[in-house]
Amino acid sequence: MSEELVKLSGVQKAYRRGKQSVPIFETLDMSIEKGAFLAIMGPSGSGKTTLLNLLGGVDRPTGGSITFQGQRVDNLSESRLAAFRAGHVGFIFQFYNLMPMLTAAQNVELPLLLTSQGSKARKERAATALQIVGLSDRAAHKPSELSGGQQQRVAIARAIVSDPELILADEPTGDLDRETANEILSMLQELNANYGKTIVMVTHDAEAARYARKTLHLDKGHFVEKDLVA
Amino acid sequence: MANPMTQIAAVTSMNLRSLPQRFWTSAATVVAVALVTAVLLGFLALANGFQATLSGTGTDDVAIAVREGSSGELNSVLSREQLQLIAEAPGIARGADGQPSVSGELYVVVDGKRRSTGKKGNLPFRGIGPKALETRQNITITAGRMFTPGLAEIVVGKGLVQQFEGFDLGATVHLGKTDWKIVGVFDAGGSAFESELWADIALLQSVYNRGSSVQTVRMKLTSPDALKQVQAYSRKETRLKLDVDSERAFYASQTGGISDLIFYLGWPLAIAMSFGALAGALNTMYASVDSRMREIATLRAIGFGGLPAFCGTMAEALVLAGLGGLVGAVAVYLAFDGLSAATLGGGFTQVVFAIKLSPALVLQGVILALVIGFIGGFFPALRAARAPLLAAFRA
Repeated sequence: MSEELVKLSGVQKAYRRGKQSVPIFETLDMSIEKGAFLAIMGPSGSGKTTLLNLLGGVDRPTGGSITFQGQRVDNLSESRLAAFRAGHVGFIFQFYNLMPMLTAAQNVELPLLLTSQGSKARKERAATALQIVGLSDRAAHKPSELSGGQQQRVAIARAIVSDPELILADEPTGDLDRETANEILSMLQELNANYGKTIVMVTHDAEAARYARKTLHLDKGHFVEKDLVA
Repeated sequence: MANPMTQIAAVTSMNLRSLPQRFWTSAATVVAVALVTAVLLGFLALANGFQATLSGTGTDDVAIAVREGSSGELNSVLSREQLQLIAEAPGIARGADGQPSVSGELYVVVDGKRRSTGKKGNLPFRGIGPKALETRQNITITAGRMFTPGLAEIVVGKGLVQQFEGFDLGATVHLGKTDWKIVGVFDAGGSAFESELWADIALLQSVYNRGSSVQTVRMKLTSPDALKQVQAYSRKETRLKLDVDSERAFYASQTGGISDLIFYLGWPLAIAMSFGALAGALNTMYASVDSRMREIATLRAIGFGGLPAFCGTMAEALVLAGLGGLVGAVAVYLAFDGLSAATLGGGFTQVVFAIKLSPALVLQGVILALVIGFIGGFFPALRAARAPLLAAFRA
């Protein structure tokens, strides 16, 4: 029997726009199993990124609950929520979000600064993560010296370096050409298949969604179609 | 558990390493803070130099007597009888000739023209007798020779020669309907005497129609404690009617107000300018935080706390302001330290002094700069600490 990693129960989310409250999710239920590779698609404003933010503890629901490995995370204090993100979630952003002044290795090492590991252990782990994404020879390069695809691979290495259970990818190929996008998606597939990482990927791109094991469609805050991809 | 200091150090290092990306705004802040520091230190160095000159002028083992109620040398008049009476006071040292080291001196004001501006300034022209040097320390003739009693000759303080024209060695000056020849230049150890002209008192009394009167009496004391004896003697001897004080106290009361004026002008001006620099620092730091908002939000999303973001921004502001403070201090040091200046001292005459920048003053300037940096960085740092995590996901 597969193990449940994340569970959303009756999640509500609304944003305030001036004096008005704009609802995104009125009641959203969702369960993500450990080892899943899930693509979430939907039109702009459907709530894809909001869902990703809620899953990653970047945003809080206005109602309902979110549990991670059976523990509620939506009501954690700011510092505990930060610790939760540091320990369990890896983020991959559309625009890579690397620190421009740091080398690839230093960027990858960043999440490890939140652990108790010493400098030597951190550097070794960062080197291993870069090796997994095939960028060992670019370790000393700064983001400006890397191509878009290489930068996204560094971002992936950063996302996996602290060995989180959940990887959240927000349009990870949105800024890349098709060929490079396919390389990145293959890499995510490999992380899911070989390293057992649970991946939730938000995308507009149906081609990208094919790399996931399962695709969910969001529209106006509701899942409208399920299990398009097995 | 992660060490918070490691996080703070990492974020601070990132902030500082990204400074070149914001070179011009950062440089503008450094310059603004440097200007504030320079203005403050400029004034403080003036006050400091002035004070140093005055304190260098006074010692505790020399007493000065003026007419009772006189505010300074200029409006004091003492008769020859008073001079002779005070010379008999106990506690007065005696010279090699066995006579009391008492110097009656005349003090008149003459015009001089500043080398820098060409404007007129009042100069003290002092008539001194053979005992004058016994009552002064560190007087050395650095060029030429001492004047010859009875001849219209003058020795000038070296500070005066630097600041005023026409008093160079060998020159002739027309003062009090008499032509005087400059025969020597003297060094007085940086004291206010270096702003004076000295000539034979008998000749000066004659030229300025002062009869046998003097204006001040200087007395070399056997020890600083002997001042009380002289004061007691002066009070007891009803014919004297003198105000007697130590030389240090006398000059402090004469010119201390000027030093305070410079000091209290400098601080308000610097504080007023600080608001301008503060606005610049705030602007720079807000721009810095805004330009790095996605980076900050990304770090927060990864799991970094708000404190490292706060500390990183504060460190950046403090480094920029501290740098500005140092640039300002170095600029003042290179431009003004040791430079000679002149201002109106006691008795409406010019006191020439050297602008002095001490480490304590530099510290004050740098502290002001850091205060600007602290306030200028605090609010932007709060913004950084509260950076919305969602900014990490925005284009």
